[in-house]
Amino acid sequence: MATEILMPALSPTMEEGTLAKWLVKEGDSVSSGDILAEIETDKATMEFEAVDEGTIGKLLIAEGTEGVKVNTAIALLLEDGESADDLPEAAPAADAGKEAAADGGSDAPAPAPKARETDPGDHAEPEAPEPDWPDGTKLKQQTVREALRDAMAEEMRADDTVFLMGEEVAEYQGAYKISQGLLDEFGAKRVIDTPITEHGFTGIAVGAAFGGLRPIVEFMTFNFAMQAMDQIINSAAKTLYMSGGQMGAPMVFRGPNGAAARVAAQHSQDFAAWFMQIPGLKVAMPFSASDAKGLLKTAIRDPNPVIFLENEILYGRSFDVPDLDDYTVPFGKARIWREGDDVTIVSFGIGMKYALEAAEKLAQDGIDAEVLDLRTLRPMDTDAIIRSVKKTNRCVTVEEGWPQGSVGSYISSVLMQQAFDYLDAPVITCTGKDVPMPYAANLEKHALVTTEEVIEAVKQVTYS
Amino acid sequence: MAARKSAKKPNVSADELKTYYREMLLIRRFEEKAGQLYGMGLIGGFCHLYIGQEAVVVGLEAAAEEGDKRITSYRDHGHMLACGMDPNGVMAELTGREGGYSKGKGGSMHMFSKEKDFYGGHGIVAAQVPLGAGLAFSDKYKGNDRVTFTYFGDGAANQGQVYESFNMAALWALPVIFVIENNQYAMGTAQQRSTSSPDIYHRGEAFGIPGEMVDGMNVLAVKEAGEKAVAHCRAGKGPYILEIKTYRYRGHSMSDPAKYRTREEVQKMREERDPIEQVRGLLLTGEHASEDDLKAIDKEIKQIVNAAADFAKDSPEPALDELWTDITAETAPQTA
Repeated sequence: MATEILMPALSPTMEEGTLAKWLVKEGDSVSSGDILAEIETDKATMEFEAVDEGTIGKLLIAEGTEGVKVNTAIALLLEDGESADDLPEAAPAADAGKEAAADGGSDAPAPAPKARETDPGDHAEPEAPEPDWPDGTKLKQQTVREALRDAMAEEMRADDTVFLMGEEVAEYQGAYKISQGLLDEFGAKRVIDTPITEHGFTGIAVGAAFGGLRPIVEFMTFNFAMQAMDQIINSAAKTLYMSGGQMGAPMVFRGPNGAAARVAAQHSQDFAAWFMQIPGLKVAMPFSASDAKGLLKTAIRDPNPVIFLENEILYGRSFDVPDLDDYTVPFGKARIWREGDDVTIVSFGIGMKYALEAAEKLAQDGIDAEVLDLRTLRPMDTDAIIRSVKKTNRCVTVEEGWPQGSVGSYISSVLMQQAFDYLDAPVITCTGKDVPMPYAANLEKHALVTTEEVIEAVKQVTYS
Repeated sequence: MAARKSAKKPNVSADELKTYYREMLLIRRFEEKAGQLYGMGLIGGFCHLYIGQEAVVVGLEAAAEEGDKRITSYRDHGHMLACGMDPNGVMAELTGREGGYSKGKGGSMHMFSKEKDFYGGHGIVAAQVPLGAGLAFSDKYKGNDRVTFTYFGDGAANQGQVYESFNMAALWALPVIFVIENNQYAMGTAQQRSTSSPDIYHRGEAFGIPGEMVDGMNVLAVKEAGEKAVAHCRAGKGPYILEIKTYRYRGHSMSDPAKYRTREEVQKMREERDPIEQVRGLLLTGEHASEDDLKAIDKEIKQIVNAAADFAKDSPEPALDELWTDITAETAPQTA
């Protein structure tokens, strides 16, 4: 019986990829370690090796095919004594492409849980009623990854004191490919690979900011920023105050924050509520590509230390981005993604994914949710939340972080103190569960906030 | 009028010697006054005095040029006075008054002067080490030949971030002088109880950073070593380590009774090695100054310190609305 060679997952978040090139042809014999194909993820081109010995009986997916789902059969490997003629005619055709995933055979694994789905490209975004660009602005589709890259490139062109430092940002082109091409354009003086030494290089960057430069520090993930917490908080955030306004740290700390997929407790943590607490810091956490771009440009220009929390799952997702020379988004201004009268759902970052999905489903049940994306957590546009709650009288907050001392807890305290008379129900905070992130796929799914939980919370506060 | 005296340093003028004497005396009298004000309850919180270590900063400042930067820990009063910051502003910060360098919001451990290129005043042990390397990074990035003096103690020398900084400073050839002020006690822990190898200046060898040990009670030796280190950095050869052996006469902070060492140990150091007495001796034996000359300097210093204390007592407390200023900047606080 021929063995199916399956499309591999080449990163924790990869769910599909492009079969860029076959390096073997039908009839070739291969042994373990031979390179079979080149596969492109949204981050990199990877070589795919054979595990078993045998003869390539059939290539099922033509090279150049995009959107090949993980675990799709891409080739058949013949064992000793088998020949291509023995292969059943029913084997999937070479033009299977995307469709192959849908009917990948009875032994194909279940599709990835819906909540974890990354959705590059063709996802239809709900039209935001309050776009940050004038009517008639030309738009282009861009991934969050590209938008972040463009923001840095534009600001580095405009100000030669801006530079990027971090692990693998230069020659490797970024661990998540956010800094792709920056080394080529700006050179090694301004795109700087650091050793793996967060505490040290963060301190050096803060010192460089004291010295008049505008560093962008990339943390490969924000989990590693904990090693540098003292420099971020004690040195960067407090110096302006401690110096009576004489000197501060105009700089950006950025990188992916929150859970990715299946990377477990030490690599899956949302730091929004931690950083939001610190006076002297500003904290941005974009959801869309346009906000990622506009907020990062604002962050780089801001004369204060800015924590810029990205999300690995969102990097590959596409949104409309205004095609303008200099598009910025101000801090402290929430964006209304969806207008509604029945309930206010407040979220930010990847939480917006659950908020919008829930709002869509709730609309089918006749509940009209207003969805607010805070975009920055410090400063926080509490006025926008209060304004919306005065209209809807109900509020649900959504975030991936833990419940105790969450962003939602703060929002609910603000509403109690400033809009108590307008509330017809207690504020419900939808958060990640109060546990370290487990590795097992089913447990991980339950540890995160889910769209269903948001829907349930809305139904509770609307008594429906 | 170059002072050719029998002592160690042939190339120092009488005027220079008098300057060092004056500057070291200013630090000592200032610190004694600060200790007094602390006892009177006018200075609060932590207050770390520099008495005994004066030759370190005075010697190194003699090797510095305009535009060079300095950064240190919380034992910072001496560094500020030595780089020319106003004693009134420093003392008023100690008393938490409006006239202080940080408008009373930083205190003893957190003071800064953009004008004098003094970048603090940092309260977390060794945090200033990567910050200092970062200041040097900014100068290298801008392409000038300034150097940064990054001071830290023998206690801080055991923090991991020091070695992270050594690595990057050497890797990127940053113009930073790591000045280890080895006063032999990390708070109450003697160096031999905290540090596996006695010679901290060797610790740069693993990174290819040259280092040397310096007699920190001898201001001329410190100056000479400083000049060598500065020349190395200015020439683009990367970082340099100076381990300067010194001694603090007082406790770690005002609240430290210093029971971990004997009174005799301190007394012996004061009598035999005192940095101010050494220079005083050179001036008098070389007949570069008379007792009366030195008395005049003493008197002048006393006046400066008393005036600083008066200023620090009379300056009002910061207005309550200062609570809410300088948290975030509206415009860049500085330009490159």
